[in-house]
Amino acid sequence: MSNRSRAAELVEQALAVAGGPTIAYADETAQANLRWAGNALTTNGEMTSTSLTVVATAAVPGGTGVGTVSQEVADPAQVTDLVRAAEALARSAPPSTDAAELVESWGDAESFAEEPVGTSIDVLAQVARDLGTSFGEMAARGQRLYGFAEHICTTSYLGSSTGLRLRGVQPTGRLELNAKSDDGSRSAWVGAASRDFTDVDVIAMAAELDTRLGWAERRIELPPGRYETILPPGPTADLMIYAYWTASARDAEEGQNAYAAPGGATLIGSRMSELPLRLHSDPTYPGLECTPFVDFVGGPDGTSFTFDLGLPIQPVDWMSDGIWQELIRNRAWAAKTERAATPPVDNLILDGGGSATLEEMIASTERGLLLTCLWYIREVDPERLLLTGLTRDGVYLVEDGQVTGAVNNFRFNESPLELLGRITEVGRTEKVLCREWNDYFNRTAMPAIRVPDFNMSTVSQAS
Amino acid sequence: MDETFTALPLQALADAALSRASELGCSHADVRVRRERQLSRSFRDRDLESSSDVASLGLSVRVVHDGVWGFAAGITLTTDEAVRLAERAVATAKVSRPLTPHRVELADEPVHVGEWVSVYDINPFEVADAERNGRLLELIGRLLDAPGVSHTSAGLEVTQENSFFANLAGTRTTQQRVRQLPRFTAISVSEAGFATMSTVAPPVGRGWEYLSGDGWDFDAEIAGLPSLLAEHVAAPSVDAGHYDLVIDPTNLWLTIHESIGHATELDRALGYETAYAGTSFATVDQLGTLQYGSPVMNVTGDRVAEHGLATIGWDDEGVAAQQFDIIADGVLVGYQLDRQMAALRGLPRSNGCAFADSAGHIPMQRMPNVSLQPAADGPSTEELISRVERGIYVVGDKSWSIDMQRYNFQFTGQRFFRIENGRLAGQLKDVAYQATTTDFWRSMEAVGGPDTYLLGGALNCGKGQPGQVAPVSHGCPSALFRGVNILNTAAEGGQA
Repeated sequence: MSNRSRAAELVEQALAVAGGPTIAYADETAQANLRWAGNALTTNGEMTSTSLTVVATAAVPGGTGVGTVSQEVADPAQVTDLVRAAEALARSAPPSTDAAELVESWGDAESFAEEPVGTSIDVLAQVARDLGTSFGEMAARGQRLYGFAEHICTTSYLGSSTGLRLRGVQPTGRLELNAKSDDGSRSAWVGAASRDFTDVDVIAMAAELDTRLGWAERRIELPPGRYETILPPGPTADLMIYAYWTASARDAEEGQNAYAAPGGATLIGSRMSELPLRLHSDPTYPGLECTPFVDFVGGPDGTSFTFDLGLPIQPVDWMSDGIWQELIRNRAWAAKTERAATPPVDNLILDGGGSATLEEMIASTERGLLLTCLWYIREVDPERLLLTGLTRDGVYLVEDGQVTGAVNNFRFNESPLELLGRITEVGRTEKVLCREWNDYFNRTAMPAIRVPDFNMSTVSQAS
Repeated sequence: MDETFTALPLQALADAALSRASELGCSHADVRVRRERQLSRSFRDRDLESSSDVASLGLSVRVVHDGVWGFAAGITLTTDEAVRLAERAVATAKVSRPLTPHRVELADEPVHVGEWVSVYDINPFEVADAERNGRLLELIGRLLDAPGVSHTSAGLEVTQENSFFANLAGTRTTQQRVRQLPRFTAISVSEAGFATMSTVAPPVGRGWEYLSGDGWDFDAEIAGLPSLLAEHVAAPSVDAGHYDLVIDPTNLWLTIHESIGHATELDRALGYETAYAGTSFATVDQLGTLQYGSPVMNVTGDRVAEHGLATIGWDDEGVAAQQFDIIADGVLVGYQLDRQMAALRGLPRSNGCAFADSAGHIPMQRMPNVSLQPAADGPSTEELISRVERGIYVVGDKSWSIDMQRYNFQFTGQRFFRIENGRLAGQLKDVAYQATTTDFWRSMEAVGGPDTYLLGGALNCGKGQPGQVAPVSHGCPSALFRGVNILNTAAEGGQA
């Protein structure tokens, strides 16, 4: 077996020995990373893996049973056992309510056996050199750099007994850079998402951090309360991602999430904002391209997409013109409720038609807070999607259009769905790396937003 | 010990990688082979929503070359691949050389050779799927048949972990442990909205016997859940303010995890997690003097507690499992260490807190079982409640959040019972308790006795970049806290 088509051949081998309707998909993953703290490297690594997942289905009393077995596969001799294990699991399973016909063949089967796209530590060599330079410069200024850079390339090969053959390549890169003053009292953060690190400028990012640490030289203590607040694109992304992750159609229609409305209805068709807000996902969005077919068995909202593996992923408007439009739905639930299937997409874009830059929004602020990041966001009340969390690495006071100092951190309690109706200004949409969820969700484009009464519930002493 | 793991060419892989690392001039090298089997079943009402079995098996080589860390991992278990990984680990170290102003040093550890298996009776992976699903559906059915329960959500997660470790010094260890988490939630949907009530049974390092009464009475807990849900649905909303709290171990374990466990990780205190998980208010200059809590507060770290999720024979740097003090009589006296952290502090030895969640991830300092000790002749939970005139008894964990220096936290729970004049007086809802860590622990007036002690925990403690998850247990008794800030969550958020 050549390395070129190794994962594709594992899929073919699994399908060849399968006794019934079966899906097999293999992921070839290569990754490299660097991590640093206090102007020095802490850990690093270069890893490769090949995983094979077999989804077997079987006729069982009352319907179709399904069994899913995944394994990292180094030896093709493991494949038959993997298929048999999935088949045994399917035969012993109760009938699945998510059962649907396996996805029929579509797409460019010709490219299926093409070689995987890899990566290595070399992709971070320039980052390492620039960091080495920045460490020295920051140390000379009494500052310390902390952070992480990672590049992951996953090539997915998905096939099924229907003849479906799909190949997807997903490069994902991120760099987080955090600077602190030597005494730890001042902290700033910037981040970048990238497909290949050719567009990441560590020196420029370090300069931005220096500016922000300068803003923090004047320290201002403020009490808890409701403040006019500018959320830059990153914090906006973290809140919108949570709203997106919980947007299960079935949960809503069964009255079990914040998208439920009385009488079995949902928020679809409800006005969420007077502003022309559009929250959408599109696998072809420039710079945020993502795998255009279902290559996961569980959606972020808990919905099972096992039977939908290989389904084309289409652009979806979750909200448009301020009105909620759509929820996440697999094919089985779509058929039951006579709606279209809407599998989740691995990117999220919020656009409100604004053109103002963050600097322009600061300049037009009489008095308000400017955030850098939100952190440790957790669900307090799923019925309202009330979330709690904290500000982090720079809360700045803006007075008469100027940043006048850094404020203490706060704990917030807010619902992103309720927040949509209170946004008074939306800036221009730009690609951004969110802070809280960037391990799991790397591809977002968001605007800065202005909220006149953001609920800073209590003060955090953290700096 | 699972013979399908010990049959792997463990010694040959180690010898090949370590020999190559030695030839390349590494001052330290270690090899880990790690296999993990995970089984997950998830039910929505009586329907099996998802069913998956996942296995990972890999090999990693970690080196110190020219005073710099290097790490490489793969999944092919051949001696050629072991040699290649040693070379890639050295290559990674070379790329990282410009970023390493200080040479890596490791605290010494004796050489260990041996096997270790966690304590359980029935390996959950040896239970037939029909039996497993049958037991889960039996309990789910009882919930769904009860009045007031509209839906259920339930599931089971099971893991078997096997690991082999070898280093240049001569340590060779082989280990196996199992753990599982059954969970059941009853859901009420009505015109008034929806509400949930979940079991508070913790994840444990036990076998399948856990589902049949060894360590927890699931039948009894399931029987009581519908009435607790009904009472919750009808409960009044709490008035925000300051209350005395009696916190049950089913809730307090998580507060310990967030406000003590993570705050006393030395890598955090030294800044290694600054950009991600965060630092700690419990800085090293305060060791021996920081009044963390009241004098009744005694907290230990251990990797030896029976059925503990962080319990192990040797850690992922070959350090033997130990127990040590973290807080004594309310004062900070110790940190969690790995070998590099111990050396940085000038300590002779690590206390065995290195862990990696797979062969593909580098070992880092992770939490041992961190536990609040009961008072030897301490009161029962009822006696603690009897000391409260106006307060709340908190049971079961739910939502949690804490800042990046572990000061400000906010927790909710499964059930909150009003305490009036020393007696429980029905449930309250919309409750969250919020505090600053040291204020909270200094307000702890009493801890319960050994009869109130329970080992809680989590399977999914997150830390590090790339992100790693770790299982960890926290034992604690019931405890009484005075004057804690209570928020009404219904009044939070929304329009001013």
